[in-house]
Amino acid sequence: MHIPDGFVSTPVAAAGCVVAAGCIAYAVKATNKKMGEKQIPLMGVSAAFIFAAQMLNFPIAGGTSGHLIGATLAAILLGPWAGVLIMTCVLGVQCLIFQDGGLFALGANIFNMGIVASFIGYYVYRGGAWLFGGQRRGKLVGGGLAAWFSVVMASVACALELGISGTVPLSIALPAMVGIHALIGIGEGLITAAVLSLVLATRADLLELQKA
Amino acid sequence: MKFKWWHGALILALFLAILSPLASSSPDGLEKVAEDKGFIDTALETSYNIIPGYVMPGIANDAVATILAGIIGTLVLFGIGYGLAKLLKAKDEA
Repeated sequence: MHIPDGFVSTPVAAAGCVVAAGCIAYAVKATNKKMGEKQIPLMGVSAAFIFAAQMLNFPIAGGTSGHLIGATLAAILLGPWAGVLIMTCVLGVQCLIFQDGGLFALGANIFNMGIVASFIGYYVYRGGAWLFGGQRRGKLVGGGLAAWFSVVMASVACALELGISGTVPLSIALPAMVGIHALIGIGEGLITAAVLSLVLATRADLLELQKA
Repeated sequence: MKFKWWHGALILALFLAILSPLASSSPDGLEKVAEDKGFIDTALETSYNIIPGYVMPGIANDAVATILAGIIGTLVLFGIGYGLAKLLKAKDEA
């Protein structure tokens, strides 16, 4: 869902950069007090894993592919603000080194896949895990659902940006983006649940770091 | 050095990077919508290239070039993530 330059208008791109910069500044403040000894390597491997997993596009219906965003996973493990920072690192490197996602659209991409996806993912996970009993199954179901919602909501944000930019009418962009990402989100949900299950089996304590 | 849990996690990430040539090359969700709805041509070319399209330039074998790009990106992001977390913690302790 990386927006290239040209898809969004200058005002939308500029607004994205301003909002993203503000959120990143706050995220630095918010995580500064919380970063414990265990979180240091966890943040490194989260960023590395999300980058690598994002390269693995999986095919979905109709000659389309999707890939993990990973914001939900990052937010579940490290909290939504650290999730914003991790996604900013991933999207920044993808943009600057790999020319994936436009330079001026970076703010909009951080907004969609970093900020929206992290926060939707985090709170749906918390709600879902509580609703389904908080144990292993609750965490996996909650995480999977959260991942699905995070992708769909990121695609809504992307469609809004395309619509406001006048690139394509919102009445066309919204159903098309949500429709396709409702399918891609299933992949995100399955991968997120699989990784959570791996973490629960090996280092379950890492999932308790966010119990504030 | 003792083997720690995150060494395993980093190896897993590098393993995924090695699998990257197997990824689907179909357009992603946004690209597909852009093609179908006729605005794909509004995308601008980037003004510079370092490792465009996750393929290391100057390497004839596409699979090798993709794996190399994947490994570089994975290691760079591990370094940035680890370094950033360390920075945030160090400030707290000072």
